[in-house]
Amino acid sequence: MSQSEAETVDAGAVAATDRPLLEFWRYFSANRGAVIGLGGIILVVLLAIFADIVSPHSPTISDAQSFLKPPAWEEGGSWVYPLGTDAIGRDMLSRLIHGTRFSLLIGCIVVAISGTIGVALGLCAGFFQGAPGILIMRLMDIVLTIPPLLLAIVLVAILGPGLINAMIAVSITYLPYFVRVTRAAALAELTKDYVTASRVNGAGTLRLMVMTVLPNCMAPIIVQATLSFSTAILDAAALGFLSLGAQPPTPEWGTMLADSRDFVLRAWWVVTLPGLAILGTVLAFNILGDGLRDALDPRLKR
Amino acid sequence: MLRFLLVRVSLIIPTFIGITLLAFILVHSVPGDPIQVLAGEHGISAERHAELLKSYGLDQPLPVQYWRYVEHVLDGDLGRSLITHAPVIEEFGQLFPATIELSIAAILFAVVFGLPAGIVAAVRRNTILDHGVMGAALTGYSMPIFWWGLLLIILFSNTLGWTPVSGRIDVAFDVEPVTGFLLIDSLLSDDPGAFQSALSHLILPAVVLGTIPLAVIARMTRSSMLEVLGEDYIRTARAKGLAPLRVVGIHALRNALIPVITVIGLQIGYLFAGAILTETIFSWPGVGKWLIDSINRRDYPVLQGGVLLIGTVVMVVNLIVDMLYGLINPRIRHKRA
Repeated sequence: MSQSEAETVDAGAVAATDRPLLEFWRYFSANRGAVIGLGGIILVVLLAIFADIVSPHSPTISDAQSFLKPPAWEEGGSWVYPLGTDAIGRDMLSRLIHGTRFSLLIGCIVVAISGTIGVALGLCAGFFQGAPGILIMRLMDIVLTIPPLLLAIVLVAILGPGLINAMIAVSITYLPYFVRVTRAAALAELTKDYVTASRVNGAGTLRLMVMTVLPNCMAPIIVQATLSFSTAILDAAALGFLSLGAQPPTPEWGTMLADSRDFVLRAWWVVTLPGLAILGTVLAFNILGDGLRDALDPRLKR
Repeated sequence: MLRFLLVRVSLIIPTFIGITLLAFILVHSVPGDPIQVLAGEHGISAERHAELLKSYGLDQPLPVQYWRYVEHVLDGDLGRSLITHAPVIEEFGQLFPATIELSIAAILFAVVFGLPAGIVAAVRRNTILDHGVMGAALTGYSMPIFWWGLLLIILFSNTLGWTPVSGRIDVAFDVEPVTGFLLIDSLLSDDPGAFQSALSHLILPAVVLGTIPLAVIARMTRSSMLEVLGEDYIRTARAKGLAPLRVVGIHALRNALIPVITVIGLQIGYLFAGAILTETIFSWPGVGKWLIDSINRRDYPVLQGGVLLIGTVVMVVNLIVDMLYGLINPRIRHKRA
């Protein structure tokens, strides 16, 4: 909006339209849950960045003297290992802290891969509604027919187990959601006058797609990205649990759970703690996603 | 309506081609020579190798092989397991009822608890009850169910000793398989102990598999109810002096249920994926555990056939759900037709 136009509108509206980020923060911060979710995520990010400094021990070196030591507050525990040790004497707390790195890495990479390709395909499907669009959407329908986790398992079976392959597999299963969201938003934007105006001004198709339409499709894409981030952590952990994802001794939470299955009865902490870490992180992202959706969805604005 | 049905049914053909392609590519991308794998550790002579390659049609170009594969699939021939040598489709048929039984129990659990929870949260909007229900739903939605299963086993099986840890029924009972659904078969067997055993084996897996659908249904019911409760006809019904229970339970719920039913339908695909994890944790002898075992044993015909069959089942169920949706909601039917 140009300056002269804005000056004619009253002061409140100017504040709202000139500073979209501020307006967004007003809606967002009104949602107490969303702020808590954001706080949780910041905590996880900080733990991931400073994992080497915060963790009391190495996540991979085992202490032959203390196998399956209980947490400090239990009988037989000590503050040397505040959350106890696992079956081969590695510090649980350090492994959990280092696990944040893997969860965030998985989320970032999956969202980056499936977001980039999905948004590109979605924009194409929206702009070229003939044969290319139909082909893309049909392909996505096929991908959607197979349950995401099953598809990921099959892809990992093809690619071979491992963290990187698990991330690629999970990325592919999320593609259809990004494509659909982007296409729907692009179709809605394409009918609007500013797109026609830009086209009349001589903007090429690529410019229209990326510079004109895409920025206005971002709200649903951001919400989708946040929600995909949390499901990516869940699905990658599930693959790790099935021994198809990150391989031991990687301190990935799903893999840690798989390692600890045999000790369910003897050592509750090796089972309970990694799961709590997954649940907490996923929950934080889901709360944030809910908050973002409420703040970004214009239909919900009062 | 007929046109809507025809269009919808015709869409499954490209989807089915896609699934067969995926299953085909799956086996052909497996590293290593299939004949060597079949021959095992002993190895095989070069002549015998070429002979086998020819007899399996593996010397043909890929499109020809794909066409052969589709022909076999349409004949119901999905190959044999490399481990048990039983036809894949037969093994699937034997294990599938266990997965269906588990899935039905899970979705029943989810609907029975999720629907009322969502309604209560909507009616008591912005109260502690609402926040509590929605907080629990979001937690359930974020649940790593493989961990949730282990927790429930620790609590109910090991600490309290209420439920068994694994399997479908106690080995002491020999129930004649009539339907393949143990709950029904054990009822038919006239042994009350057998039914009790089957039920107690089913409860925990069903709760684990049903947790995420429950959360989804509760959230959807709440938002759908809130939307409907704000409409004019509800105000009219209230103004007429109808009992609040009747307004909520009959007037509002009927319309609020439409999106909820779609969401329940969409859970079908999730149930199969979730069944893989649930069956692995509880050693439930269904197709999910069968698939994971096939990966670990490198039993590729089973993996290929299993993916194809599960994909097909999900496709058909989605089709049925879509058509039912068209029946329930005339707006959809007329919009598309």
